[in-house]
Amino acid sequence: MTMLQIKPILAALKRHKAGTILIALQIALTLAIVCNALFIISQRLDRVQRPTGLVESDLMAIQNRFVGIDESAAAPLTKADLVALRQLPGVQDVVAINSYPLRGGGWSTGVRTDVDAKDSKAHTTQYFSDEHALATMGVRLVEGRNFRADEIVEADPQAVPDPAVIIVSKALADKMYPDGHALGKVVYIGDSKKPSTIVGIVERLEVPWNGTWSDSFYENSLIQPVQLVSSFTNYLIRAKPGQLPDVLKAAPAALVKVNRMRVIPSERGVRSFAEVREHAYKGDRGMAILMGVVCLVLLGITAAGIVGLTSFWVGQRRKQIGVRRALGATKHDILSYFLTENLMIGVAGVVIGALLAIAMNLWLVTQYEMARLSLPYVMVGIVALLLLGQGATLAPAMRASRVSPVEATRSV
Amino acid sequence: MFAYYLQLGLRSLRKNPLLTALMVMAIGCGVAASMTTYSVFRATSNNPIPEKSSQLYVPQIDNWGPDSAKDNKGEPPNAMTYTDAINLMRDKRAKRQTALYPAAMSIVPADPAMLPFRETSYGWYADAFPMFNIPFLYGHGWTASEDDAHAAVAVIGKDLNDKLFNGANSVGKNINLNGRDYRIVGVADKWNPEPVFYDVINTSGFDDPIQVFIPFTRAVELKTPTNGNNNCNHDSGNGWDAWIRSECVWLGFWAELPTKADADAYRQYLNGYSAEQQRAGRFRWAPNTRLRDVVDWLDYQKVVPQEAKVSMMVSLGFLLICLVNTVGLLLAKFMKRSSEIGVRRALGATRREIYLQFLIEAAAIGLAGGVVGLLLTGLGVMGVSLVFEPDIAKLATLDMSLVLLTVLVAILATVLAAFYPTWRAAQVQPAWQLKSN
Repeated sequence: MTMLQIKPILAALKRHKAGTILIALQIALTLAIVCNALFIISQRLDRVQRPTGLVESDLMAIQNRFVGIDESAAAPLTKADLVALRQLPGVQDVVAINSYPLRGGGWSTGVRTDVDAKDSKAHTTQYFSDEHALATMGVRLVEGRNFRADEIVEADPQAVPDPAVIIVSKALADKMYPDGHALGKVVYIGDSKKPSTIVGIVERLEVPWNGTWSDSFYENSLIQPVQLVSSFTNYLIRAKPGQLPDVLKAAPAALVKVNRMRVIPSERGVRSFAEVREHAYKGDRGMAILMGVVCLVLLGITAAGIVGLTSFWVGQRRKQIGVRRALGATKHDILSYFLTENLMIGVAGVVIGALLAIAMNLWLVTQYEMARLSLPYVMVGIVALLLLGQGATLAPAMRASRVSPVEATRSV
Repeated sequence: MFAYYLQLGLRSLRKNPLLTALMVMAIGCGVAASMTTYSVFRATSNNPIPEKSSQLYVPQIDNWGPDSAKDNKGEPPNAMTYTDAINLMRDKRAKRQTALYPAAMSIVPADPAMLPFRETSYGWYADAFPMFNIPFLYGHGWTASEDDAHAAVAVIGKDLNDKLFNGANSVGKNINLNGRDYRIVGVADKWNPEPVFYDVINTSGFDDPIQVFIPFTRAVELKTPTNGNNNCNHDSGNGWDAWIRSECVWLGFWAELPTKADADAYRQYLNGYSAEQQRAGRFRWAPNTRLRDVVDWLDYQKVVPQEAKVSMMVSLGFLLICLVNTVGLLLAKFMKRSSEIGVRRALGATRREIYLQFLIEAAAIGLAGGVVGLLLTGLGVMGVSLVFEPDIAKLATLDMSLVLLTVLVAILATVLAAFYPTWRAAQVQPAWQLKSN
């Protein structure tokens, strides 16, 4: 029966070209934007949910810089700090480390498995720390062993020696040795000719960055048994379970007590890992919220537009509806007439909209390093807009179906 | 006439409050979304030094060669080596020039009750002060001979002067930086160009204003490490001396070239310099240099955040949809009144008068939409910090020009959207309407 109505609907729409085109256009544009916005939201949320590999709930970080010393004199000061921090009652373990996941700045380099290879096999971040690193961060060692205390060397950041042994993340191990036997094998860091042997593999350890540029290597990490000698360092502190709030207060106070010639920035100098995470993902979360709001408002406005125009059409056609009712059309016929009409406009709109959505995404890809839109998002968008159209038409269509056959006899 | 049409318009708007509210909300939302994102876009794409932006240039010299450049569309590194910066400073081919870097400086207050703290600090040359038009509250910058002497002098910012000296004239007093005393020669007044064009590489364009300036030569002599990026294509070797002689790039460089002819001459000089380095065996490739002025440099460094561009695009699309929506609703609204139009036309109203009447009615809707949009823009600007870094978010403000722009865009957009419905309304045949009644 619905099929039979298509012809008269087409004829009617021809007389309302402007309105029809406007609704179709609005649906098309809305679909294009909603698809892309949904896609951006899901991408951002995927990133926010990426695990760092750390026991975040017990961790905190302090950014420290010693004042008025030569860079080379920093080593004993750092040692004294570590001793003081490890003696604090609520502290389980502490390391001085050049960076940590979600911090935002750090070191990265290429690594090779063949000394003669010109191009690197993988890109990775470099963490410099000691044998306490694994225990402090709470990363899980899945193969091999931790560093031994006698393997740790001190080094000027400008001249880091190539380490004899390293610990790598599973992702990096698999990238370099896809056969799964990376333990005990060697890698060459940067353009070094000296091999470093993999003595341990950890389950997961994220890089310090969380932007798009590091997406291609975000789980490639290696830890070198090197304590950098620098007036600037980050202390990563793991509190005993439940003691983090106390340690957050006690740790900076203990440092100032050891030596007050230091700067711990008032802004972001002392942070729990929860704060580190919140800061790192603020932009991603905000973008997701913004896109979500845009989607909702957009869908609302489109629905309102459809309600408005359909109501107008219903008002204009009261007389025709009356005639049809008088000639035997049921209420249901009238209802389905308007719903079908909207569905037809909607289908035309979503076809154009899907093309627009893909075009818009391709443009965004070339301009802003975004990923390709995947088809399910377009499908979700199409279904959502068709349902929205039907929902928005329902009220005016119901009103139309209640038009009494008597209207046929009235003028206007 | 105008007042009469406005009255007619308002009456008609009251007659159908739901439809009117829909239109007003649609326009308000569309305009607010665009204006909020525009406020960020405007702040980030601002010209920070309009009076001189075409006279200040960043030279780039390719010291890494084509192998590295091919990963970067053939562009030279975006910072400079110590070797090149010092050579350019020595040659003095520009009216003024300076090498610069964010030196890691901590301030040790004389008051033992205060803990040391950090402020944004730069090492640069005497030329930088007049070059960047830095205003002085007290004193002045240091001299070129103090550059040459690696003098322990400093210029401090107003905020730091307020903090350490309660805003009094501190020229001649000492300040302890990294454990060493410096004589204050000047106190700079508020100087906070946005984006911070002088060091885009290390700040991405947005940072707290500089509070400590010391001579570059002094900072290097004291081996003050950079607080910014250091990029090396090869291991720089052991220690500070090896590092500053290496091909690692870590310095900014600016040259003031008042005329286009000066800029062209400087370009030739850069190529000549590179050719000389090639002859000397340091570069094994033909000269590859760039010279960009402030605007080109900010553009090349993509200072406008990706978020700002994407959300600007999305909001413009949003506004477009709101307008399409408004066209539809206005069409419905105007066509409903065909009979009224017929009567007016029959009573002698010309098409032009119908046009005027309906466009004025649309403008009234636009005005209402603008007011709603203004409220929502206010909310939006407050919410900007959800998406953007605080350094950027604080730049987005609802100032007078944005208020006017919001209302103007709302009215213009609505009137634009009303053209087609109005045209249709003016086409109404008086006789036809009268007959059917």
